[in-house]
Amino acid sequence: MNLILLSAIWGIVMMFSGLFLNSKSAAKTVALVGAVALLIGNIFDLSGKMIINSDFKGMLQYERFGLLFLTVLILALIIYILLSGKDVEAVGKHPFEYFALIFFVMSGAGLVALFNNLLILFIGIEIVSIPLYILTGADKRNLKGNEAALKYFLMGSFSTGILLMGIAFLYGAAGSFQVERLAMITSEDFTAFTTIGIVMVMVALAFKVSAAPFHFWTPDVYDGAPTVFTSFMATIVKAAIFIGFLNLFINAFAGKSDSWKLTVAIITALTLFIGNITAVYQQSVKRMLAYSSIAQAGFMLFAVFAVNDLSKQGLLLYAAAYCFATIGIFAVLVKMKDYTFEGFNGLAKKQPLVAFVLTVCFLSLAGIPLTAGFFAKYFVLAAAVKTGTYLWLVIFAVVMAAVSVYYYFRVIQAMYFKEGETQELELATPFKALLVLVAAVIIVLGVYPSLLLDMLIFF
Amino acid sequence: MPINYYIYLAVALFSIGVAGVLTRRNAIIIFMCVELMLNAVNLLLVAFSKMHAQTALAANPSAITGVEAQLFVFFIMVVAAAEVSVGLAIIVMMYRNIHSVDVNFLNRLKH
Repeated sequence: MNLILLSAIWGIVMMFSGLFLNSKSAAKTVALVGAVALLIGNIFDLSGKMIINSDFKGMLQYERFGLLFLTVLILALIIYILLSGKDVEAVGKHPFEYFALIFFVMSGAGLVALFNNLLILFIGIEIVSIPLYILTGADKRNLKGNEAALKYFLMGSFSTGILLMGIAFLYGAAGSFQVERLAMITSEDFTAFTTIGIVMVMVALAFKVSAAPFHFWTPDVYDGAPTVFTSFMATIVKAAIFIGFLNLFINAFAGKSDSWKLTVAIITALTLFIGNITAVYQQSVKRMLAYSSIAQAGFMLFAVFAVNDLSKQGLLLYAAAYCFATIGIFAVLVKMKDYTFEGFNGLAKKQPLVAFVLTVCFLSLAGIPLTAGFFAKYFVLAAAVKTGTYLWLVIFAVVMAAVSVYYYFRVIQAMYFKEGETQELELATPFKALLVLVAAVIIVLGVYPSLLLDMLIFF
Repeated sequence: MPINYYIYLAVALFSIGVAGVLTRRNAIIIFMCVELMLNAVNLLLVAFSKMHAQTALAANPSAITGVEAQLFVFFIMVVAAAEVSVGLAIIVMMYRNIHSVDVNFLNRLKH
């Protein structure tokens, strides 16, 4: 509850400080203070000390998993603000408002992670989505940005309609929006309602996390949006929607797996296939990262597919590994002028440290051992193996992970083994130090994943 | 009146909305079709709410139930209004730049 309240309040504080502070560069500092306040508030949440200690008649549930997941998201937000805060300020004339919208998104993420009622899930997803439409179109003069914003908005509101229809059918079957009541639907008369409801909710959430065949908006939107906001959308927002997805399926639909298991398996396989194969053919690193985020969503869908304890651990670790690595890569990408693979030629000679950090990030995304991505992939796949069915899907995922190595290593190869005119990169020392910190976190999580996973049990 | 008629009506409205979103090319019309989908959901929620209230009242005359779906409808209206304000702003921004609201123009990102 602390997180939801504090981030909503801090969003408003950000807007007013834009009015009273004349200096544009103060935005990053104010945002950073807010993000640290969120982190402290969330740690108090974890130990049960809340500003308003109520679960609102069971509409929210303070599960350790959800709260810990939010901690990871806030840490990612702090890293994001530290690394890319200056670039957010550079997008347009209203830096304070951009950060305010980012805080509103975090408030929505809190609702999505802690919901226990479909109303809260719906409100949370909308609070996450609506600020993002604005952020996508933040660069008003840029036609590509306009197009991305309109596309994102139309697709987003369309999927909201589908989500609501699914919720309405589930209400018809259960007579309540509470998640526990949904889990208890037994009446034979309502099997059709339940199945239609589950499938529609699943389709809508697949839209939001950009799983194939509902992914077609993703590359265009991620490509057209200002790069700093692409970084935010592809990491923190995607992870936040995923926890809602997983919580809903674990708490409400785990007992009815006959009606959705096959569909989720097909969506997972399609997502992995389309994401990885299309990423191979991209010429721009930004667009390649968009397809790679679709492919990574395929792996995170394994957690939803398995719905057991291991899948919670897997999703937690996956979200951490994926968020940190992608934020690191985007932070460097934003500073570059040329987004093609050739733009990375010879980077290792000019900026050996940055090249090393990027290598660690790409290795983690590819799932090479000793990086966090390896254990993340291991846990989500192990969760799927534990269900004992659909082993072909796991084998397919491993093959697709091998395909992903190809396009991630293209960047590493360009940095280390190709000669070329490197573009000028002006990077401050604190920026580099932070990048090294990101790489260190990825490696530490890759060696001791239990540092994070143990917190699910102890604190 | 049986609940079936309401369900048929709501599903028909919803399908018209979906068909409109998928086939029309004018951004404003697409947007209206999305609103139609949301209103179909509102209708269905109210119908289900009445249905559950009747079943509960038959079992226990003093039961208060079925209210939450009607409340949900208000939330949908509010969120739809928030969405309209953002959506129309985006459409206007686009119109200022290209003087058209035709989504066929949306192909600059396809290389």
